[in-house]
Amino acid sequence: MPGTLFYNLHIRIRLVLRGEKAMSDSFVLELKGITKAYFGTTVLKDVNLSVRPGEIHALVGENGAGKSTLMNILFGMPVIHETGGFDGEVMLDGESVRIESPRRAMELGIGMVHQEFMLLPGFTITENIKLNREITRKNVVSRVLGAKMETLNVPAMRKDARAALEKLSLSVDEWAPVAGLPVGYKQFVEIAREIDKKNIKLLVFDEPTAVLTESEAEYLLDAMRRLAAEGIAILFITHRLDEVMSISHNITILRDGEIVAQMPKDEAKIERIAELMVGRKIERAKLPPRGFEPSDSEIALSISDLRVEMPGERVKGLNLRVRKGEILGIGGLAGHGKVGIANGVMGMYPAMGEVVKGGMDVPLNDSKAALQAQMAFVSEDRRGVGLLLDESIEMNIVLTSMQAQNKFLYKGPLNSLRLQNGKRIRSHALKMIKDLDIRCTGPMQLVRRLSGGNQQKVCIARAFTLEPEVLWVSEPTRGIDVGAKQLVLDLLVEFNRTHGMTVVMTSSELAELRKICDRIAIVYEGKVVGILPPDASDVEYGLMMAGKAGNVKEVG
Amino acid sequence: MSNANTNANANAPTPASSGRVAENRIIKAVANFLEWYGVPRLIITCFLLALLILAVIYRMDLGSLLGDSLKRVGMNGLLVLAMVPTITCGAGLNFGLPVGIICGLVGGVFSMSMNLTGFTGFFVAILLALPLSVIAGWLYAKLLEKVAGQEMMVGTYVGFSVVAGMAIFWLTAPIKNPSMIFAIGGQGLRYTLTLYDYYAGVLNNFLAFNIVIGNFAMTIPTGLLLFFGFFCVLMYLFFRSRTGLAMLAVGSNPEYAASSGINIRKMRYTGVIMSTVLGAIGIIVYAQSYGFLQLYNAPLYMAFPAIAAILIGGATLRKATISQVIIGSILFFTLLTTALPVVQTVLDGSEVGGGISEIARMIIQNGAILYALTRVGRR
Repeated sequence: MPGTLFYNLHIRIRLVLRGEKAMSDSFVLELKGITKAYFGTTVLKDVNLSVRPGEIHALVGENGAGKSTLMNILFGMPVIHETGGFDGEVMLDGESVRIESPRRAMELGIGMVHQEFMLLPGFTITENIKLNREITRKNVVSRVLGAKMETLNVPAMRKDARAALEKLSLSVDEWAPVAGLPVGYKQFVEIAREIDKKNIKLLVFDEPTAVLTESEAEYLLDAMRRLAAEGIAILFITHRLDEVMSISHNITILRDGEIVAQMPKDEAKIERIAELMVGRKIERAKLPPRGFEPSDSEIALSISDLRVEMPGERVKGLNLRVRKGEILGIGGLAGHGKVGIANGVMGMYPAMGEVVKGGMDVPLNDSKAALQAQMAFVSEDRRGVGLLLDESIEMNIVLTSMQAQNKFLYKGPLNSLRLQNGKRIRSHALKMIKDLDIRCTGPMQLVRRLSGGNQQKVCIARAFTLEPEVLWVSEPTRGIDVGAKQLVLDLLVEFNRTHGMTVVMTSSELAELRKICDRIAIVYEGKVVGILPPDASDVEYGLMMAGKAGNVKEVG
Repeated sequence: MSNANTNANANAPTPASSGRVAENRIIKAVANFLEWYGVPRLIITCFLLALLILAVIYRMDLGSLLGDSLKRVGMNGLLVLAMVPTITCGAGLNFGLPVGIICGLVGGVFSMSMNLTGFTGFFVAILLALPLSVIAGWLYAKLLEKVAGQEMMVGTYVGFSVVAGMAIFWLTAPIKNPSMIFAIGGQGLRYTLTLYDYYAGVLNNFLAFNIVIGNFAMTIPTGLLLFFGFFCVLMYLFFRSRTGLAMLAVGSNPEYAASSGINIRKMRYTGVIMSTVLGAIGIIVYAQSYGFLQLYNAPLYMAFPAIAAILIGGATLRKATISQVIIGSILFFTLLTTALPVVQTVLDGSEVGGGISEIARMIIQNGAILYALTRVGRR
């Protein structure tokens, strides 16, 4: 068919051109002055980035540094256009391009290896690789009804798939279904699909090693090197600094939407990268003093070998001791399990291990038992777990205490049929509204109508009403405005100082942990790698969060 | 409504004159009222008022119209109330209400076969129905647990199947009372059992009295209304108790409930069983007022008027209150009772009248259900 011939010829010409360009040392991708704001908040500011053919370019940064926004722009994701587009220029092979959809990105030769696999489990490897780009043959029906009815040319498709897999030196049968493959193999199928696209120029790897074992990761890095050697440019997004050091040619470090440094690998040091990644000045206001200093002699809670099956935030055999009366911070990068700890202890997700509080075993997988052990939890999922959106503020505040501790009920013979004590509920709610400065029209206002910060205060009031000895707080400042953030943090300090409440606070924002915590435990791959004082250096924090701490540290 | 809101907001910052301010205030008040009362409820209320005005214009017997409506409200009230526990515990509208209704019918039939009359017959029917409906409710809850998220669709078909299955039971029930079984053959219950010699009207006539002003005369079925009121108060109290509030939390946000140490499964079971029990008692109340026990296919569509009533009352698939039950019952069943005679009179007794009012009933009943279902998931 003349069309196919023409197409092939076209590709050949392109390949030749690309070869020339690679030699002429020009850039495959250039991002110039990329600036992007979501609803007035600038998330990317004047980002410049260029990648040469055959170059592995590492892009590192904390959560929220703007890496995913940058990738969304590169792939023309709808979220970018729906929120008003972006400023700046994207250039491919020296030409300015407009990427208005992921499809267009694909046509331009940009490929993506996703963090979560986008594969059809019931299909074979070949089918997955060739999906929507099938090689077809004409048949009787297709001559009448058009190309949609052409027969699949299975042998040719297998051959292509085989070739792509061999490029990655993966010894797996191309006709095997994807469903039963080990995780590492799925990752490779995904890569094979991208490199099978004949015009691929740039491959983006978004934390590809996050789900792999060490040997699998090593193998993947090898494959990436080989791909680069063939002239494909690679953008490598990762948190793992040793991987960055081992394979990248150039490194770009993003922080708070800005490029803080760009350097060739030879000039980089892990410590320097870690510092740049985290580095921001922390002003630690002087916190109110307390009567006694928490120490290891009085332990409020001791957790050993905790395992929590929380999807995306697995905890894998964690040990932690919480001192009585302290504010303990739990930090770490997303996906390493810091959020899973509180959820596991409080019975929200299946957990195994041992939790001892005041000499008593706290049964796991039982929210009621956890509540009765004088612990309370402010969930990171405010609207999902923390609130009854269509109920009143007062009901939200007292219901848990009513159910778990039989408070706010009139006397009655049967606990389950005791009636609510409206007067007590109202007076308690009014007190909470006043103490926590919840801005509302009254205790009967529906929680849905409140702003994020005030909703969070209701969540905290709910936990506080339980009068817990240990208060777990997850991501207390997520999604609320700056002023409210400070209020919430002050509130936690106040609970800690005036009520002697032990607070365990999990947060993705290291800065706020360093603001109010006595000690900060850093979680990496489901375990505590170390506990740092809030005034430890950025380097120490950066290294620990990247899993590069030599030994588990304890601070006094 | 949103339109009215934007008007109010757009005008608020620029108070050009005091007239404008007053206008704004009125617009705001109207908007608030609309939000509180709800547009669907408003439409039905207007329709009902129009019917009543027509009735007055055509010099119809308003007293008997209103008296009949009150009777209808009382006899259907418990069936509407039966929707509240399932909605509150998060299982949605109880389309499987026939499960409870069947239990009530079995109780009614056996009480009748024992030749019990008056209040004895009525209460024995309820007593017999109670254990049955608890067991049936438990089984039904067990089934719903397996299909969580699709309770309403599955419930509809459970209702249909149970009604069909029970037809076999009615045919083979070991009942010898000749007034209850088919005249020929000596076995099988009749389609409709007359309660006049047993316990028809025991509640309706209890403390009943007439209001007569000139040529306006209406009967108040005191006992019936008291019985309905009693159950409304019970339910109201229940939803202020610890268990009732736990159920509310389960329906409103299961995750919140779980994090409060509430046993979600237990609350769902309790809700479904309560609804089934109310359905069983509800049908006995209905039957004593109607004067007949209707067997075989009769319970097939019994759930739908009750569902329509509570939705018209302003309930959603996630939230229902006792006041919504009362308002909805009054609006919907008064509409049903007045529409037929009024339309017939207006059209001068022609054949068309009955058809039109029946069509109106179907449109309102099913329209209300459809309206509610299209709003699922809008949070």
